[in-house]
Amino acid sequence: MSSTGTQSASEFGGVNRTGAQTSPELARELTEGAAAAQPSSEGGPEAIAAARGVYIEEGLPVGSLPPPPASLEGVVEGAARVVGMTTGVATLADKLSERLAFERTGTRLYEALIGKVAALGETSPGPTLMQLAEIREDELQHFLLVNRAITSLGGDPTVMSPCADTVMVSSLGLLQVLTDPRTNLAQCLQAILTAELTDRDGWELLITLADELGHDELVKEFRGALASEEKHLLSVRGWLEEQVLAQAQA
Amino acid sequence: MGLDIFREKGVPLEKQQFTWRDMVQAPTSKLDDDAFTRVRIILMNGLESEANRFSHACARMNRELQLPLARVRRVEQHQQTLVNWLLPADLSPIETTLAFEQVAIEVTASVALREPDPYMAQVYRFGLLEDFDHLYRFSALYDRVAGGDANNIIQSYSDIMPGRPTIVEHRDPADDLREHYEKTTAAPLTKLHAVTIMASENQTHDYYMNIGPLFADPVARQLYAEIASIEEQHTTQYESIIDASETWMEKWLMHEAMEVYNYMGCSQQETNPRIKAIWDRFLDYELGQLHFVMELFKQVENRDPAELLPAELPEPIDYVSHREFVRETLAAEVDLRADGTQFVGKEDEPERSLAYREQLNSEGSPTETVAAGYRWRPGTELNADEVALGKGA
Repeated sequence: MSSTGTQSASEFGGVNRTGAQTSPELARELTEGAAAAQPSSEGGPEAIAAARGVYIEEGLPVGSLPPPPASLEGVVEGAARVVGMTTGVATLADKLSERLAFERTGTRLYEALIGKVAALGETSPGPTLMQLAEIREDELQHFLLVNRAITSLGGDPTVMSPCADTVMVSSLGLLQVLTDPRTNLAQCLQAILTAELTDRDGWELLITLADELGHDELVKEFRGALASEEKHLLSVRGWLEEQVLAQAQA
Repeated sequence: MGLDIFREKGVPLEKQQFTWRDMVQAPTSKLDDDAFTRVRIILMNGLESEANRFSHACARMNRELQLPLARVRRVEQHQQTLVNWLLPADLSPIETTLAFEQVAIEVTASVALREPDPYMAQVYRFGLLEDFDHLYRFSALYDRVAGGDANNIIQSYSDIMPGRPTIVEHRDPADDLREHYEKTTAAPLTKLHAVTIMASENQTHDYYMNIGPLFADPVARQLYAEIASIEEQHTTQYESIIDASETWMEKWLMHEAMEVYNYMGCSQQETNPRIKAIWDRFLDYELGQLHFVMELFKQVENRDPAELLPAELPEPIDYVSHREFVRETLAAEVDLRADGTQFVGKEDEPERSLAYREQLNSEGSPTETVAAGYRWRPGTELNADEVALGKGA
């Protein structure tokens, strides 16, 4: 296991101490004591679900969307056959905001990865700085594309919608991995892969939604973004596999 | 072993300097460092936090001391930053919580064992059994909500089982206050212990109050609300054992001596050489601060600091597993309750605390909910029918 791209933890004198087998005698005492102790109340994990359920039933959302712009209502009007107009407008606005947030954070994720590779030096196998810079530029262009799409529909691209909020919460762990100076390239690529998998599916869903609501121009532009995200996914998958296999053979 | 704090002058205050790069060093490893390295970091952060808290309170009441307090406080601020930033980013708030409770268990156990005043030792054992229960409740939360194994953090040093159930720890404030030591007759070690444990519990309270809202799960939010309330009671308990008639300067002197005492203990027992160098450096800084305050004490009170301070510091806190002592205490004292400043059997607990508790728990008890039927097992409770220890266990 590597603490950075080039040095192993053991070079720093580190030995993993998290497992019970680190101290078998202490672990035995702990385990026997815990087994003999009596819980102070009956039941099991379902008690947590029940308590959580009380709050879920209150039905409070994470937040709301601003009122839809008049221009967006007009665009959607003709395509409100399946999805109700108001719901459709709201859903599209929410998912556009989510995509915008994800691409904006994605740009920063790649900047962090570029910084790591620049500090550690390019390796073979592994992505070049040029390749990573190209993907980072794609992510930026996708952010700008969604930004323009929201603006063209009369929306406010600076809004953080509920889905934008939750996708940013989901991405918190990815940022922690990418910006931690101790993580190595393979660990960073694993985190980036999570982002790329989500990103590819995010665009697919957005295209389906825009198509359903009759936004043909957006569908065309979004398909271009999807094609580029599929390339990113293949690249990241390949680099990760190479890194892990190279580690295994080292 | 003893450190002569009158002879050892440390680093003069004006030479205690930092840069941002120096202050933000590489963190320790959650995976590789010994649990007691983490325990020491958390304890020392708590002591530096108390230095800041005390210094501000003192400054607000003593205009003439504001500048010297500010000079020392600025260094303590940067010391605390360096120490607290040794915790790594992959140590999540719930994992840090588990480590906080390990501090409360192992450090308080060492203090209870070494405390020369029998009543004070009883106070520490009383609090110990309550924090011991918190580790069990947070371990259940970590397993059941986050899917984690508390022993990855605890490293088998501390038991994970019920203590005095948190549900019965809620008391009327009148049953949280204790007798205090007498400043003129108490042993220096009694004073050092009291400030140490008060500081540690106060930082635990503040930490839970800060991170409780970070959790999405309402049960976790309730759990932090409940246990933070007990940490507030503990802070109330431990500050009440300190003689309130001590002057501001006496208190400041004891705070500085307490920091010297604890950095000395950390330095003597640290297993990570890089972290030991930090403890050594800050031991020298604290000696410098202590001598700065000794001089001030002479000027302000026209008294000799030797009236308060021992020539040599006592043996430090032991950073080892206290499993047997904790189990013996649990077996003998789990049913103790408080009646005013005295400890009584549970059948004699005052009505005021029973009524307070009944109302507070009337819509359910988070600590009971989270740990309903919970038994810690290696790996997770999901291993109920598996042997997770691996071969040789």
